[in-house]
Amino acid sequence: MSILTTITPLGSYRNDSPYPFCPGCGHKSILDNLNAALVELQVDPAQTVIVSDIGCSGLSDQYFITSAFHGLHGRSVTYATGIKLAQPELTVIVVMGDGGTGIGGTHLLNAARRNIGITVLVFNNFNYGMTGGQHSATTPTGAVTSTTPGGNPERPLDICASVGVNGAGYVWRGTNFDTDLTERISEAILSESFALLDIWELCTAYFVKSNQFTRRAIDSTLEELGFETGVLYRDGRPEFTVAIREAGLSSLGRPPDGPQPIPSEWTAQLDHPFLIEMAGSAGGRVRSAVRIGAIAAIKSGLYASQRDDYPVTVKTGHSLSRLLLANRPIDYAGSEQPNVLVVLTDDGYRKVAKRAARMTGDAVVYVLPEFSTIDTPARVVVLDPATLPGRIGKGDLALVVLAAVVEHSGVIPIEALRSAVAAGPFGESNLAAVAHGVALAAK
Amino acid sequence: MRELTDGSTAIVRGAVDAGCNFFAGYPITPASQILTAMTREMPKRGGVAIQGEDEISSIGMCIGATMAGARAMTATSGPGISLYSENIGMAVMGEVPLVIVDVQRLGPSTGGATTAAQGDIQFVRWGTGGGYPIIALAPSTVPECYTLTMKAFDLAERFRCPVFLLTDKELNLTATTVDIEDYQRVEVRPRSRRSAETSIEPPYSYDPPDAVGAVATYGDPAIVRFTGSTHDERAFISKDPATVGALNEHLVAKIHAHQDEIDLVATDLDPKATTAFLSYGITAGSMREAVRIARADGRRVSAATVHSIWPVPETAIRAILEGHDRVVIGELNHGQYRREIERLAGPGTEVIGVHRNDGTLITPADFLEVLI
Ligand code: SF4
Repeated sequence: MSILTTITPLGSYRNDSPYPFCPGCGHKSILDNLNAALVELQVDPAQTVIVSDIGCSGLSDQYFITSAFHGLHGRSVTYATGIKLAQPELTVIVVMGDGGTGIGGTHLLNAARRNIGITVLVFNNFNYGMTGGQHSATTPTGAVTSTTPGGNPERPLDICASVGVNGAGYVWRGTNFDTDLTERISEAILSESFALLDIWELCTAYFVKSNQFTRRAIDSTLEELGFETGVLYRDGRPEFTVAIREAGLSSLGRPPDGPQPIPSEWTAQLDHPFLIEMAGSAGGRVRSAVRIGAIAAIKSGLYASQRDDYPVTVKTGHSLSRLLLANRPIDYAGSEQPNVLVVLTDDGYRKVAKRAARMTGDAVVYVLPEFSTIDTPARVVVLDPATLPGRIGKGDLALVVLAAVVEHSGVIPIEALRSAVAAGPFGESNLAAVAHGVALAAK
Repeated sequence: MRELTDGSTAIVRGAVDAGCNFFAGYPITPASQILTAMTREMPKRGGVAIQGEDEISSIGMCIGATMAGARAMTATSGPGISLYSENIGMAVMGEVPLVIVDVQRLGPSTGGATTAAQGDIQFVRWGTGGGYPIIALAPSTVPECYTLTMKAFDLAERFRCPVFLLTDKELNLTATTVDIEDYQRVEVRPRSRRSAETSIEPPYSYDPPDAVGAVATYGDPAIVRFTGSTHDERAFISKDPATVGALNEHLVAKIHAHQDEIDLVATDLDPKATTAFLSYGITAGSMREAVRIARADGRRVSAATVHSIWPVPETAIRAILEGHDRVVIGELNHGQYRREIERLAGPGTEVIGVHRNDGTLITPADFLEVLI
């Protein structure tokens, strides 16, 4: 927050326009207290943003000489959060009614959790004034409003407790009649944390009329509900704009992620687009094997694309990955009918069974022995990892079989695949998997 | 040199190179990759990326941050655009430069999270109350994702408004081989900001109607006012018909009077062709493949990829319509953009739609079928 350091102190932050509120409306006195607090703090008007919500209280910002943001109903806290995140040194004050509190409740809770350094003044008069006295989230039980003619059956929201238990830095409840309101507003602003003041007041046009509600009734309602007043919560943990920047400090200055060029060192002969589809299960590293295949293809001077298909619950069920190879840029990666289909598991087979049955005689299906009798007109090549010395782990099988397919079909040079796997963090075990695949293809 | 990458990555790189320093978004398939990558990228440049509690807060934070000087982007899918709706209107009204990425998925409702669609075309155009022009760009390749993201940022600054980048699940999530030199940078103009000397200038200007005033930014030496309500040039709420009329005329004129700065259509015309294919986004890839196949077969066909979906690039599209007997429009919906083409077509041109709305892509064969 920046305090004005120029020589002429400001005697008021109000402009010449008179307030537009009904006689006796509490808004006027709350805004006078806000003005007095700003005078006390001598904030720089340009570095202070009053973010107003919707409703009668939403008109407030227009009567101040500070910066202002008048947005959508219930969303004032989101704009205030964005402003504060972009320029933490600004003083950001939200003015909202109980209507905005109800519709934007989630924003209040999350702003409190984050402890974003904004001050929220809730002008709480238990109903919607601007739209004709409808009930709000804070209307006391039994109260009559235009939408609760038989008495409000709902319980009023405890705003202070809601934000307080969720980590707000400063929470106060009181009324616009309280003599310490100016002081509390100043305190809230100076707290440099998420501060909320739940200020109970009278809507003379509607709530007072329908309920013979008075200043005394405010006190008795507070008592009946067991709602305490005064400063109810304080929390000294770091403010959010500080915390989020600290969390990012270790990245500061690092270069952005850029392209990762893959040099082409080999050549592959390919006249037509060629689609290899691997059908396996989650956890079988099907997609990582195909990713290696795509890199190997690029290393062979080809263009490759990889389209994956897996359930949203990624750790279970099928995992399909399609590797499309072409000798020119790929505009259409959506081909459905593979030239080579690899069946690794039941999960995978169930997803591709129809495609397998539709394949043509010049296509090839590579399968493990248990799928040797699958229904397909394509040529079936059975690969039996059991014939290899040593056991092939579940996580290596996809790469072993891909290597076997590459070696057997000759679609890309096996050296390119070796080079593609060698670079990764599991270079050694991947190279071993490729060697197994080559051996498998030889059988 | 080539690399293996996807549209999400290219969009993030485009945003970073455009100087984006604020991102807020809410996880949604298939746009989440942009959120996670921006979360990684923003702190590197001292920027902020934040996961909002919902879509409403995410775009709200972007609008607030922009008014405090940030260059902001958000990304979601159709269901999230629904939640953005009211704030999109506010960004239009308050003239907030902002880039909104819509990675389309099959709808309606939650639809198919991991299935491709182009069903939000008219939605982004008319998705908030009031009626106003919208700018929307649609890349059809991974390099275009990069280039048009930068272009979107530039147009957002130029016209001081939200700009949509329309992509889809396939473009964003399919890894493909890209020739690195195809990533074309776009010069993104700096924000036209109210200077300290002219700080008494009002934050908006409606005269002449098409002029775009310099943005007043919180933190400037002078106070800044912003409102989503109808307002005068000083951002005070107004209901005066003359003022409100000038404001709304300005919101329309600033874009329509300068459409030539927005229009982007890549044409591949055969002067002897009687049929032209026309498409956008992921489907334009199938279309170009179909053109290749057709021409290899000795058939004559023209093609156009529309990159600036909104406002409709009418001059370019009219020229294509006038030059051909048939225009075949392909899109993954029931004809949302076809109606725009039909609206422009004269009596001498037949407009044929190739549509699909089942989560699978339109194939080159689907286009070729019309040629027979
Ligand atoms: S309607 Fe109620 S809240 Fe609105 S100005 Fe009148 S008294 Fe105040």
